[in-house]
Amino acid sequence: MESTKNYFFSDMGVMLGRSMRHVFRSMDTIITVCITPIAMMLLFVYVFGGAIQTDTDNYVNYLLPGILLIAIASGIAYTAYRLFMDKQRGIIERFHSMPISRSTVLWGHVLTSIVSNAISLVVIILVALIMGFRSSAGVMSWLAVAGILILFTLALTWIAALAGLSAKTVEGASAFSYPLIFLPFISSAFVPTDSMPTVVRVFAENQPVTPIVEALRALLAGQPVGHDIWVALAWCLGIWIVAYLFAMRAFKR
Amino acid sequence: MGTAIEVKGLRKSFKGTEVLKSVDFEVKRGQIFTLLGSNGAGKTTIVKILTTLLKQDGGTAAVNGFDVASKPDQVRKSISLTGQFAAVDEILTGRENLIMIAKLRHLANPRQVADSLLMRFGLTDAADRKPSTYSGGMRRRLDIALSLVGNPPIIFLDEPTTGLDPEARIEVWKIVQELANGGTTIFLTTQYLEEAEQLADRIAILHEGRIIAGGTLEELKKLFPPAEVEYVEKQPTLEEIFLAIVGTKGEK
Ligand SMILES: Nc1ncnc2c1ncn2[C@@H]1O[C@H](COP(=O)(O)OP(=O)(O)OP(=O)(O)O)[C@@H](O)[C@H]1O
Ligand SMILES: [Mg+2]
Repeated sequence: MESTKNYFFSDMGVMLGRSMRHVFRSMDTIITVCITPIAMMLLFVYVFGGAIQTDTDNYVNYLLPGILLIAIASGIAYTAYRLFMDKQRGIIERFHSMPISRSTVLWGHVLTSIVSNAISLVVIILVALIMGFRSSAGVMSWLAVAGILILFTLALTWIAALAGLSAKTVEGASAFSYPLIFLPFISSAFVPTDSMPTVVRVFAENQPVTPIVEALRALLAGQPVGHDIWVALAWCLGIWIVAYLFAMRAFKR
Repeated sequence: MGTAIEVKGLRKSFKGTEVLKSVDFEVKRGQIFTLLGSNGAGKTTIVKILTTLLKQDGGTAAVNGFDVASKPDQVRKSISLTGQFAAVDEILTGRENLIMIAKLRHLANPRQVADSLLMRFGLTDAADRKPSTYSGGMRRRLDIALSLVGNPPIIFLDEPTTGLDPEARIEVWKIVQELANGGTTIFLTTQYLEEAEQLADRIAILHEGRIIAGGTLEELKKLFPPAEVEYVEKQPTLEEIFLAIVGTKGEK
């Protein structure tokens, strides 16, 4: 027992190396994850942007947090896919019959999700900079932004893990991400919520994306974040814990 | 000669259907033990229980002296599994697959281990290609090579030759024989009587949830009434013809 514990981190390193190779050898996983949000950003800024009324004069600044969340929501679908393939191809069974800690397999995928999503986000932020995104945030604010994004990625990745482990088909393994990708559209990510009809607005203001977007936006603008950041953190942590427990249960079966 | 695997009264049901009713057998160290059974007999189920992938409903099973239910970590240190369907990483190359497993087995020199296994299994030329470009036989060889990393004393092979052509099948038989000569205990399942005849020191026949017959090939033959002697010209089997033609290619 001790020995499997001692090797936990080196085993996880091997697993991370393996699935990062998977990511880099099918570049489409990174490209697709970047392209769609970038296209959306172009569309909203240059096509709809003129018609949308926000409080800021820089719509790219307003838009970016929501775009980043959409990128994460589509990025984690690949984690579900990779886990599903591992399960299908029986390689998980090989790992499980070896003297390694079982959860390293899962954590390897989770870490890969964080690293590959981080790469996509950096690319998207660079494109946003070209499009006129400017931030007056200091180092601490950027760290807070990174922290929230990582936490959000973790929370969604565990939902992806649950989906990948319990899906019966490849389509099923990634279909769960569509509602997640859609969620930012019914939030304050693209337009302020006060322009929405009451029913929609109540939903928009009480779903996790709005406080996360508001917190990110305030941090990036170097403004005080208020209580949004706590609501955002609570949502992320809550989703993470629930998804983690269910995913672990699916994994143990 | 100690006992490598000991199974007593093993039971397992899936959603009400009783797959294993009461399975008993024993495998001695260094033996090739063949579990023979038709589709759905429960061979894979037994392999999964013995390799700690599945929990039994009742009965006991010990591998290398460790109970599979209470000491799974010790069992995993003693075994390796080549499952019914090749479990190789499709995106890593053959060599990377071997290195990965060697690292996970915490060996001191993963690269050397990989190189020597690639050589031994005739995969050196294909080492830097992905398994998706391999033939069925090469894939299976890589799969078995992955199981040999770290030289575990007990190896499980679940239908290692199903779906292979006769030549590839004979290659696998050779590998199995060599392993056994080196002292490894081998637990093999198959649907082919002939495979059991070729390889096994002991054969057990699994049918309707129980071992209905077990022993050496000689002992099993005694269980059946002696065949009546008939004088007919022996027709070569398709396999024999195929091998006679292909065999002239010589050693590779
Ligand atoms: N996870 C499962 N859930 C439900 N039924 C299962 C499960 N695994 C196996 N079975 C059933 O148990 C029976 C035995 O399956 P098993 O895979 O052990 O047979 P097998 O002897 O390996 O067959 P084959 O030669 O086809 O590989 C089959 O009827 C199968 O449908
Ligand atoms: Mg089977």
